[in-house]
Amino acid sequence: MAEPVRVRLSGLKKAFGPKKVLDGLDLTIEKGTSIVILGRSGMGKSVLLKHMVGLLSPDAGKVEIDGEDLWKSPSGKRNNLRSRFGMAFQEGALFDSMNVGENIAFPLRRLTKLKPADIKKRVAECLELVHLPGIESKLPSELSGGMRRRVGFARAIAHQPEILLFDEPTTGLDPIMTDALVRVIDELKRRLDPTMVTITHDLKVAFSIADRVALLNNGRIVADLPPREFESSRDPLVAAFVRGDSQLDPDAVD
Amino acid sequence: MAVLEFFGRLLLGFLEGLGRFFVLLGQTLRGVFRPWDLRALAAQMIRVGIDSVPVVFLTAFFTGGVMALQTYTGFARFNAEGFVGSVVALSMLRELSPVLTGLMVTGRAGSAMAAEIGSMRVTEQIDALVAFATDPVHYLFVPRVLAAILVVPMLVVIGNATGIAGGYVIAVRILGANPVVYLSNSFQYLEANDLWSGLIKAAVFGSLLSLIGCQQGFDTRGGAEGVGRSTTSAVVLGSLAILIADFFLTKVLF
Repeated sequence: MAEPVRVRLSGLKKAFGPKKVLDGLDLTIEKGTSIVILGRSGMGKSVLLKHMVGLLSPDAGKVEIDGEDLWKSPSGKRNNLRSRFGMAFQEGALFDSMNVGENIAFPLRRLTKLKPADIKKRVAECLELVHLPGIESKLPSELSGGMRRRVGFARAIAHQPEILLFDEPTTGLDPIMTDALVRVIDELKRRLDPTMVTITHDLKVAFSIADRVALLNNGRIVADLPPREFESSRDPLVAAFVRGDSQLDPDAVD
Repeated sequence: MAVLEFFGRLLLGFLEGLGRFFVLLGQTLRGVFRPWDLRALAAQMIRVGIDSVPVVFLTAFFTGGVMALQTYTGFARFNAEGFVGSVVALSMLRELSPVLTGLMVTGRAGSAMAAEIGSMRVTEQIDALVAFATDPVHYLFVPRVLAAILVVPMLVVIGNATGIAGGYVIAVRILGANPVVYLSNSFQYLEANDLWSGLIKAAVFGSLLSLIGCQQGFDTRGGAEGVGRSTTSAVVLGSLAILIADFFLTKVLF
């Protein structure tokens, strides 16, 4: 039996001034799937992700979460739909006026009815999951880039959302740190079994955590395949991306 | 034509900013009537209020002093030195203390609000708030604007007292005025309205400088440079708004 659809984007269009970033994009994500969206820098991957949680509203098209139209819902309902997501931002986006513990407690205080003692327990648990136990009282400014992102992961999973979003989780990190983060994501995937959307331009990351790999190009999804098929695809755009060959891509230099 | 276009663009930009200001004003006002965090309000009151005391103290003291010096020179020409105290007290309460306090707090706190909220914007912390189903205007604006509305009048009371004290010190110690006559003249001609009108002005200035500071920060675009621009315009626009509002408040209300 096919899994129910969690996120459905249809005919999504978004332009910033004259620049069309999304141009009639369609994408369906089923429950429990881990999809990785690849795309070159500046192709609007983050814009796509921000449409899913309703951080940006589309110029045209629909965003449906569990069958409900995000932008046709009243704002209370919209917030309810948003709370089904846990988003890990590119550089962590930790609130720098709060320490690590307060950062992770934030979604718990806002979105759950947990008591302070239970919040404390859950915060410790989440830090454990990202292999950073006991750093509750540190400030974000005291952490390294990789640690900040892992705290961002912990904050994203704290309220036990059904859908996890990772915005460029490894961009700008060294290979060792990248591998460590991929392991953390993989472990979260195995232990929490969430629906997962990751955007990146790192193939290694994509192939280690994806059930499906999609390629975003000129505002549309041009390929959406299982990792093995993606890797061996003869589609010129996919092949250009996989091999990192600018000569295969018709509009590589614009 | 290019000149027309230039001024047209300038006018459009101005109107757009003004519209945006009133939209955010409406959202903030609505936010005041939803439950808000008392601790956040207290923290902001300390940052806007207590931290501004030294600046307000110095400004008011020297302004009171210079008022005494200037009016003494003038009034001595028609033997009215006795009224220096009245003039100093009246102008401090009605005009100088509210306006100068407003301008100093704009420079200190309005700019800090723009810088803080602006860097939250460029590091995606505001997106994170929205993703955790938190209304950023309610969360960030309400405590700051309320704090400024409450605290600027208190600072003005301090400014009033130190301004009168500054005038007294100059008049009595340096210009040799009779201390008893000076003090009794300072208060004899004051009416309750002089104090109240200054305090109402102060509350309006507080709301203007904080809303503009928050708005400039909230609408920040383009990285660290954008934060710098927002901070500058928070101070420039905040000061302008205070000076313009001062004229109309004085003309219409009092």
